[in-house]
Amino acid sequence: MTPPGTGRAATLAAAVRAGERSARQSVEDALTAAEAHNGELNVFLEVLADEARAQADAVDAAVAAGRDPGPLAGVPVALKDNLCTRGIPTTCGSRILDGWRPPYEATVVASLREAGAVVVGKTNMDEFAMGSSTENSAFGPTRNPLDTTKVPGGSSGGSAAAVAAGLAHLALGSDTGGSIRQPAALCGVVGMKPTYGRVSRYGLVAFASSLDQIGPFATTVEDAALLFDVLAGHDPMDSTSLPSAPEPTLPSLEEGAEGVRVGLCRSLVEGCAPDVAARVQQAADALSDAGAKVEEMSVPEFGYGLSAYYLIAPAEASSNLARYDGVRYGLRVGGDDVAAMNTATRTAGFGAEVKRRIMLGTYALSAGYYDAYYAQAQRVRTLVMRAFDRAYETVDVLLGATAPTTAFALGAKVNDPMAMYMNDVCTIPSNLSGHPAVSVPFGTGDDGLPVGVQVLAPALGEAMLFRVARVVEAHAPAGAPAAGGAA
Amino acid sequence: MNSVSTNGNAGWETVIGLEVHCELATATKLFCGCKNAFGDEPNVNICPVCVGLPGALPVLNAQAVELAMRIGAALHCEIRPSVFSRKNYFYPDQAKDYQISQYDLPLNAGGWLELPDGFRVGVTRAHMEEDTGKLTHVGASGRINAAEHALVDYNRSGVPLVEIVSEPDIRSAAHARAYASELRGILVATGVSDGRMEEGSMRVDANVSVRPAGTTEFGTRCEIKNLNSLRSLGRAIEYEATRQIAVLEAGGSIEQETRHWDEAAGRTESMRSKEESHDYRYFPEPDLVPLAPGADWQARVRDGLGAMPAERRARLAAALGGSPSDAEHDQIRAVVDLGLDALVSAATDAGAPTALALARAANEVAAQSEAGLQLDPAAFAGVLGMEAGGQLSATQSKAVLGTLLERGGGDPAALAAEMGFEALGSDTLSAVVDEVVGAHPDEWARYAGGEDKLMGFFTGKVMQATSGKANGKEVAVELRRRRG
Repeated sequence: MTPPGTGRAATLAAAVRAGERSARQSVEDALTAAEAHNGELNVFLEVLADEARAQADAVDAAVAAGRDPGPLAGVPVALKDNLCTRGIPTTCGSRILDGWRPPYEATVVASLREAGAVVVGKTNMDEFAMGSSTENSAFGPTRNPLDTTKVPGGSSGGSAAAVAAGLAHLALGSDTGGSIRQPAALCGVVGMKPTYGRVSRYGLVAFASSLDQIGPFATTVEDAALLFDVLAGHDPMDSTSLPSAPEPTLPSLEEGAEGVRVGLCRSLVEGCAPDVAARVQQAADALSDAGAKVEEMSVPEFGYGLSAYYLIAPAEASSNLARYDGVRYGLRVGGDDVAAMNTATRTAGFGAEVKRRIMLGTYALSAGYYDAYYAQAQRVRTLVMRAFDRAYETVDVLLGATAPTTAFALGAKVNDPMAMYMNDVCTIPSNLSGHPAVSVPFGTGDDGLPVGVQVLAPALGEAMLFRVARVVEAHAPAGAPAAGGAA
Repeated sequence: MNSVSTNGNAGWETVIGLEVHCELATATKLFCGCKNAFGDEPNVNICPVCVGLPGALPVLNAQAVELAMRIGAALHCEIRPSVFSRKNYFYPDQAKDYQISQYDLPLNAGGWLELPDGFRVGVTRAHMEEDTGKLTHVGASGRINAAEHALVDYNRSGVPLVEIVSEPDIRSAAHARAYASELRGILVATGVSDGRMEEGSMRVDANVSVRPAGTTEFGTRCEIKNLNSLRSLGRAIEYEATRQIAVLEAGGSIEQETRHWDEAAGRTESMRSKEESHDYRYFPEPDLVPLAPGADWQARVRDGLGAMPAERRARLAAALGGSPSDAEHDQIRAVVDLGLDALVSAATDAGAPTALALARAANEVAAQSEAGLQLDPAAFAGVLGMEAGGQLSATQSKAVLGTLLERGGGDPAALAAEMGFEALGSDTLSAVVDEVVGAHPDEWARYAGGEDKLMGFFTGKVMQATSGKANGKEVAVELRRRRG
């Protein structure tokens, strides 16, 4: 059982703020670890050594001058490479953004810097966040630090692996259909998707705008909550950002599960491997032992989520990715006229999965098909939302699996898109509804690799979400591979 | 009103609907804080949002919504909850390769516009959207197909537009012009736009079809683009109706297509047919939330709208006594279009004759309309008073007014003195007239014998002798008195 206050980032930040540890040293440790392991793991597309050292020195100078550098003082953080960083390449794992350096910073990156965090690198990802294994990156796959023959999950596989391998204390990912939670589960770390609109999307390169949310990776629930509290808030640059002031989640983190109503959701377990399903049941029992009222329930509408998602997300993506036309930035491959240049650029710049989804989405929006596909998928989305609402009339949180299996072998599903898509079946409902959800490591599967248990909460229920996740974490079986050991 | 086309197309009826794009005169663009300005150096008013950089997001400009609602209110539309959509198509001037535009749920719908002759044209909708950037093709001929390369200026990218779509109610080129003209007047009067067609602030596309007179089914329509003036609009419609009738009378059929008006050649040319037309794959813009202006906001917009041009023209006509001449009608229209009617009213209130104030405003002041809008009504009334009272001739009055406008103000009497326009005393004038008459006895004899046209000869001589200071009317009085 993990005692309270053992968040590695929380502990480090407290020590840096107290002047007991230097930010520079923590960054040097992270850079050394990156140097040692990045070659094998391919976690970072770019390590920002100079920038990180300068930033760490600034944090140390602030402490020396008696100023508070913020709640993440000196904490090394890795950024998924679809978050814009001023003057630093932002590739989205794609060749089409070749050479592009954003002239502006994502709002979350600014929030991190204000909180004293130090960005140490940009992490690998499935191209434009389309994938569940990080094998769709134009820059080669990332390997799972717990077993390098296995995938780390995706699309935020680089960020999950960075935290699991101890190359950074914290990381940011984006979650459109499970892209934070699924790799967190496969890498044995905590990964959380906030309520849609709670964290600004400004500067997140869009995959599917109505589903994308930025969220934290951490080794513990406490660290994830700490990072979430830094990220959450209204941003006038994002029209879909919620105007209400966020409630901090850290103060109620240790309030336990006594009396909390937990719905063990069979619909989020049924399709999973038996070893994964067994861990979810074990987590439910642990919550029950901790005083929660656990009831089994079924939400059959979740079964339609995957189909709806694979129409809505590609439809939005087909539009969001239109701008990569070779005219203004990134890759340009010449042609006889503008249309030929557009075609040549996109043919050369996008990988197979991105092309597949652009075609799928273009088709779903086309005249004569819109009602049957896109509009119908939106109606299903509404059904899923209503199903959540009904469930939350009787329970405070839902419990299920994060991913159907533990980490699978590199290459195992690259030629079977449908098998790959099935990885997201348990995570997609929360994206469709916009609700928060978190994956917490909970023991291992039969292969000794980590299993993630998913806790889901209603809109803006992040405090309850983390509180229950903390109880799950505290009762996780011993013997799981140690994540975050290297640094 | 089903007037049959007048251009030799007897037996046919022309059906016209107009789509007018109006650039809103906001301080900043529709979805970002960049300056909304015309004529700046290329690509100076741009940012990640309006260049469509990855990760940038749109935020709706409240002032643009306010101006769009003014259009809706002025056109008697219902202002409704609306949703922005994405119109997807690839083009280099389109920064994101989609345009954010209201599609199935426009902000304003179901209104009408009344033309000066009382004819009402239905307004289907007036929706908000963003403008594109501007392409310049560089190459030997300047034509798109022969260009060596193209330059894109994104200053205009994201400038707020309202597209005003009329019902196909219009039946003649004259009414189409009247509609565009009246609409422009409303856009200017409501402070929504400067209405300049030549700068692209207002752009008109015409949908034209023809059908046998007396039938009710619509013919196949063609959309005509590149209409940069009211004159082009009228000519293009006349040409297109005649073309379509000729095709149909020869047994052919009209293909639905977009056609380009060639002003120099005086004809429309096919741009692209329906087969090549885009499937825009509209869907709701997920980066924006639905727009639903509250009742309070709508009420404030309606209350602050002020009088529309038609009402202001009626007020001036009434001040003239109710039945203006054709020339006065034109003057009233010009004055109201330029927003100078407040100046005319103020001058009239200060004692100036209405007809004179209107004439001077429609000509001399209109020639410097920017300065005219700043002109002190008291000074304007002062000049007109001196002219009406005979202290200034018409020529002198115009000159003083011109100087007043150039200087941005001044005291009319002092200005007249400075310009050497002291009124000629009646004794002095009488003496000069005597002198001129005495010097030209033959001409005087002919004038006295009834040759009236010699009045001009003598007036000219008197003007010469007084360096133009004499009042023409008073000279005439003196001459007639002597003839007896």
